[in-house]
Amino acid sequence: MSDLRTESPNGTYVAHCAKGELAYQVDGETGAAVFFPRVIGPGTGAALAWRVSKGLGTVYATTVVHTKGEAPHNVALIDVDEGFRMMSRVEGIDPMAVKIGMRVRVRMHPGEPPYPVFDVEAGA
Amino acid sequence: MSGLLRGSVAVVAAAESALGQVAAGTTPVDLMAQATRRALDECGLKLSDIDGVFTNCAQLRMPTLSLCEYLGLQPRYQDGTGIGGSSFMTHVQHAMLAIEHGLCEVALIAYGSTQRSVSRAAASPREFNPYETPYKPFMPASAYALAASRHMHEFGTTRENLAEVAVAARRWALLNPVAWEKEPLSIEQVLGARMVSYPLTVRDCCLVTDGGGAIILTSAARARGLRQAPAFVLGVGECVSHASISNMADLTVTGARRSGEIAYAMAGVAAREVKTAQVYDAFSINTILFLEDLGFCPKGEGGRFVSGGAIAPGGMLPVNTSGGGLSYCHPGMYGLLVLIEAVRQVRGDAGARQVAGCDVALAHGNGGVLSSQVTVILGGASTV
Repeated sequence: MSDLRTESPNGTYVAHCAKGELAYQVDGETGAAVFFPRVIGPGTGAALAWRVSKGLGTVYATTVVHTKGEAPHNVALIDVDEGFRMMSRVEGIDPMAVKIGMRVRVRMHPGEPPYPVFDVEAGA
Repeated sequence: MSGLLRGSVAVVAAAESALGQVAAGTTPVDLMAQATRRALDECGLKLSDIDGVFTNCAQLRMPTLSLCEYLGLQPRYQDGTGIGGSSFMTHVQHAMLAIEHGLCEVALIAYGSTQRSVSRAAASPREFNPYETPYKPFMPASAYALAASRHMHEFGTTRENLAEVAVAARRWALLNPVAWEKEPLSIEQVLGARMVSYPLTVRDCCLVTDGGGAIILTSAARARGLRQAPAFVLGVGECVSHASISNMADLTVTGARRSGEIAYAMAGVAAREVKTAQVYDAFSINTILFLEDLGFCPKGEGGRFVSGGAIAPGGMLPVNTSGGGLSYCHPGMYGLLVLIEAVRQVRGDAGARQVAGCDVALAHGNGGVLSSQVTVILGGASTV
């Protein structure tokens, strides 16, 4: 378990993002993938170990947000192949063209801090 | 299984505060107090009879303290449990527990909000979530839109099915003199309205109004001597499943399945015996999800179930007879207003929207983003 005086779950996650990596955790007892990052495993209380995802996933649910004065944007829930789900958005196509079941690949969106977004996986 | 005793307590008063748009300077506690006065007048109890106080309010940091101070009460028992719009159904459960165990005798559950007057952003600011906020979901609407997308994908539910829910709510609202919306609404108008978070248009989304209410509960024995026909608490069940939509296991199955099972078991009632269902319709998809999860139709059939006016006046199941959060009022955490309508239906004083022979009514609360689900089943004198 991390020393919260010097290292936080979110801090470790963000440091991975800065390296272009989508990080997640696995439960020390069950091996189940855990996301969002935590100090102990949900449902078990077990220690968690960090992993880096291969970055491939499938759209689980999708919406298009309409904000006055802005272009509509996608918000999606992505089931990442290693067995966890996260909110993100699919970029590079019309937000209405994002469909459930679509295969997508992660990419870090520049920002402070950088955060993961997804592109449609070529050839999927 | 519940350790509570079926029918041990009853709702003896149920009143709204002013609803819709209130005067500048009105506070949430002003609305709670107005509704409390109306509720006391309805049942004949005095303010000093209240010895249990229950409330929650996003605009107040310590809501029971604010309400007790305002009312000049130092109650024996107080509870400010906050799980969003279903808080008040949980308060019913906690009040029942407190009354059964002698911690209080007369419980007030009150709510007020001025979110229309002060703006939704000011009334209920959202927490920053580093795993969701950067993607700019329009919360809570986008969470429910994600659930709707999944329901449409898995079960073939259509935007027209969603619109049917809003149209049914509007038809009920036209029978309710205090409903916010006063004009008829068509499926085409719902579909053609401003898109908020696809597939939900502004007509698939709840109103943003001011308002509040109060209900008073006491023991069944004491309830029988008061002015109103008691609405006995036959069953109550609760389920909390997640906080953020990213962490909801299956977006098409809510905790209402579990909360309903517990409440039905305690009440000894089946869904087919429920004469009217009041289910928290923050968004049109809610009604479909909850009718499925509470056993009124099979999972996945909700869209077809609500079609053809089936839950509207004259339909096969009267749902959200007040006009609901979609057309009656929605002051932030609307759950107490859901309970008030169920009480009125059981008492038989719901006016033009009264359901005939309504001995059993279900009130279902939802909080967060399908996060907390609490079901209360109320019954009239013939059920206890």
